[in-house]
Amino acid sequence: MAVLRESDTEPYLKVAGVTKTFGRFTALRDVSFDAQGGEFLCILGPSGCGKTTLLRIVAGLETQESGRVFFQGKDVSGLPVSKRNIGIVFQSYALFPNLTATENIAYGLKNRRKDRGAIRKRVDELLDLVGLQLMGPKYPAQLSGGQQQRVALARAMALSPDLLLLDEPLSALDAQVRISLRSEVRQLQRRLGVSTVMVTHDQEEALTMADRILVMDHGRIVQSGTPWDVYNKPATPFVAAFLGSMNFIRDAVREAAGWVRIGGVSLQVEDRFTDGIPPGTPVTVAFRPEDVVVHGAGDGPRNALPARVAALEFRGPRYRVSFHLNLGNGHVWTIDAEIPTEMIRRLGIQADMEMAIQLPADRIRVYPL
Amino acid sequence: MSDGAISVPKAARARSLLESLDLDRWLTRGLILLVCLWMLVLVVLPLFQLLSKSLLDRSENFVGLDNFIHYFRTPALSQSLYNSLSVSLMTTIISVSLGFLYAYALTRTQIPGRSFFRIIAMLPLFAPSLLYGITLVYLFGRKGLITTGFFGAVEQATGIPMAWDIGVYGAVGIVIAEVIYTFPQAVLILSIALSRTDARLYEASDSLRASNARTFFAVTIPGVKYGLISATFVCFILAFTDFGAPKVIGGNYNVLATDIYKQVIGQLNFVMGATVSVVLLIPTVIAFILDRIVQRKQVALIAAKAVPLVPKSHPVRDGILLAYCALIAFFLLVFCATALFASLVKVWPYDLSLSLRHYDFRTAGGGGYPAFFNSIRMSLYTAIAGTIVTFASAYLIEKSKGMHGLRQGAYFLSILPLALPGMVIGLSYIFFFNQPRWEILGWVLPNPLNPLYGTMAILVICNVVHFYTVSFLTATTALKQLDKEFEAVSESMAVPFYKTFLRVTVPVCMPAILEIGMYYFVCSMATLSAVIFLYSADLPLATVAVANMDDAGDIAPAAAMSVLIVLTNLGARLLYGALTKGIQRRTQAWTRPATA
Repeated sequence: MAVLRESDTEPYLKVAGVTKTFGRFTALRDVSFDAQGGEFLCILGPSGCGKTTLLRIVAGLETQESGRVFFQGKDVSGLPVSKRNIGIVFQSYALFPNLTATENIAYGLKNRRKDRGAIRKRVDELLDLVGLQLMGPKYPAQLSGGQQQRVALARAMALSPDLLLLDEPLSALDAQVRISLRSEVRQLQRRLGVSTVMVTHDQEEALTMADRILVMDHGRIVQSGTPWDVYNKPATPFVAAFLGSMNFIRDAVREAAGWVRIGGVSLQVEDRFTDGIPPGTPVTVAFRPEDVVVHGAGDGPRNALPARVAALEFRGPRYRVSFHLNLGNGHVWTIDAEIPTEMIRRLGIQADMEMAIQLPADRIRVYPL
Repeated sequence: MSDGAISVPKAARARSLLESLDLDRWLTRGLILLVCLWMLVLVVLPLFQLLSKSLLDRSENFVGLDNFIHYFRTPALSQSLYNSLSVSLMTTIISVSLGFLYAYALTRTQIPGRSFFRIIAMLPLFAPSLLYGITLVYLFGRKGLITTGFFGAVEQATGIPMAWDIGVYGAVGIVIAEVIYTFPQAVLILSIALSRTDARLYEASDSLRASNARTFFAVTIPGVKYGLISATFVCFILAFTDFGAPKVIGGNYNVLATDIYKQVIGQLNFVMGATVSVVLLIPTVIAFILDRIVQRKQVALIAAKAVPLVPKSHPVRDGILLAYCALIAFFLLVFCATALFASLVKVWPYDLSLSLRHYDFRTAGGGGYPAFFNSIRMSLYTAIAGTIVTFASAYLIEKSKGMHGLRQGAYFLSILPLALPGMVIGLSYIFFFNQPRWEILGWVLPNPLNPLYGTMAILVICNVVHFYTVSFLTATTALKQLDKEFEAVSESMAVPFYKTFLRVTVPVCMPAILEIGMYYFVCSMATLSAVIFLYSADLPLATVAVANMDDAGDIAPAAAMSVLIVLTNLGARLLYGALTKGIQRRTQAWTRPATA
């Protein structure tokens, strides 16, 4: 008879087979993932993909229909929020408007019947931690958005939670503040070493902050990996399109191993993409705009394509250039390229110019249709 | 661990069960159940009792719809339904039209004195509807100021015999009184509707070169459509169910509310009283349901980021509207002044010297000062108990998790009292509380609520139920403005919900809580329709005293008592204003908008 036992190899947080429905709408379908101690995990997805529901189930604010949640090997599926020892920061911060920053942070401490001196010491420590030493006596309405956010963070950390949950914590802020708070939150999390799960729909936020990203779509996790992996090796066209932008050429065909054909032109790709797909099968070819090479092409390297500049859009440091590709069978494809402004100037690229572009074989991805 | 037979030791299982026992959740569940229970006992059961009474004969045998057939076959009875409908329709048309113009002037123009006009329009809210009847008697009655041409003074001065008898006793008087009674409500609802608009709609209309008239009909009227409909239903319900004004000024013109009173108090015919109550209830409930449907549609009308409209000045229009508002304000002030004057005149119309003799109620029946102080006591208790119960119930319904069905049921029960006329509540409470025994499926048990009959408690309960819905909606609106994650945040910090309720929710909602308290107090001071069935001889009330003194011909003391009620209510309103100001000063720091 096996007795359930904690072990060191258990993941810090484990979500196993969680399903949640609201009436007829299935918010989560059999979702499972793990997180390691101290890890910063981002759940990324478009609105309505179920990411917030997943966070609320981890928190214990929603009850799943099936599946389990484990904290350090312990099944907490049936436990209420108050017994899971978590800290939460909501999108709205939910700071109590009638209490000062100090009182907000001390709110949970007071309930633990700690003595006053200890509470004050802890609050000062936390205010210090988030860089708001002088803001203690202020009410939330007297603080800026970024300061409110930091008070909410300090309040969530006050009880030294095992797990910090962030529900779109930066989305209510101005663009500038948001960017500066990203690194601040990240540094804080590193310093405290608290395992963190953050929900966001902002891909840039996820890419810059996370140790690992879970991409969700329609109640499922579609990819899990480091920001670098998820961006550079998107598992599905959805992930590819959701993180950054991507050119898709949908009517390509698999040829010999390591080769695909678009119109009358063959492109070399990594062998692994053609594995398991019979020759002649239609596939989607995808590459990012910034991977299109415009210089030095045309002198015979592989994967060079004749192109005509259709439109240029100035974006400051870079241009977004649309190319028309005429690949021989009468059909014209339109693709986008991201080209540094300096390069545009140097090569004298302008509308209607005929030129060659190159798609590096290791930057192309192929998806079965 | 490949085997599926992972077994957890019994002790561990028991521990985890205890751990997962969420005390907070069970406490909220119990409390919501309690809310449903009290609404059920104090609203649904009495109403059920009244309805079933209308299907029985006088010796408690089931007779189906016989009472209603009898009702509609007796012209003396069914005439009242026609009368009620016609005076309320008339009232509604006049009141909503007058109210719309007035509200338009207050919200869409730059005329001077808007806040003064707003206050004057609200004056009638503080008086029992009896007072409008009494004042009409003094103005248009047989010895009234206008009827006699200021006691012949006009004729003496000008030589023109100017005496004008409008025949105030009957439909004319009732309509005038009800228009005054419903006017503040119409102005309130329409002001809110008119101020909720988007300036960009007007800018768009202007930029498309639409004329002012075109803009008015294409933008303004559709924008306040729901407000207009809502004002119409509210005025109709108020006028249709009012008892005080027709009691005083109705003469031989019977309406449903006075019929119920006559059947029950005059003839002790409870069965017919119940039957007429149901006749009164049906149109009211229909109007109520239509209003709710319309309200529901209203929600998404205005975009969240609407730009408030700043009215432009328009000399001709503003001049006309200023004159109009001044005229209305003048009439309302004349009305109040007449009531005050009448209560102070020695012997109307023979000795017009002033004295306080009518304020010494010893010579008149009705209960005098004890009645007045009973009313204050009752209103205070109602304000305190009502505010606590209403706010706590609204909080539980709005903020707790789970138990979706039960919470929705509780919400429905909380809205229901708005559809119940005071006469209906009063009469059903007689049936429900006065019954010595309950018979449930053959079981007989003594009515545990029977001891409340004839006490202060039943009066307070009755008032809380009568004025519950408006207070409940005020509380719900205030609660909806709070961040919906307060409860989740406190839960994550293991702080029980009641602590957060007392430490955060109540302080932040204090303005709404005070408003609810004031509303309960003012309404309880002025109400007659429900309590007239429930007061006992040793617990007289001010409004009942007014009605009884008026019945006995002691009109001047009745006016005096009404004036006292109005003054008390104005005092309560001033106190509320002072308290609100104080709170605003104290809470300025945390209500000031964030400056990023």
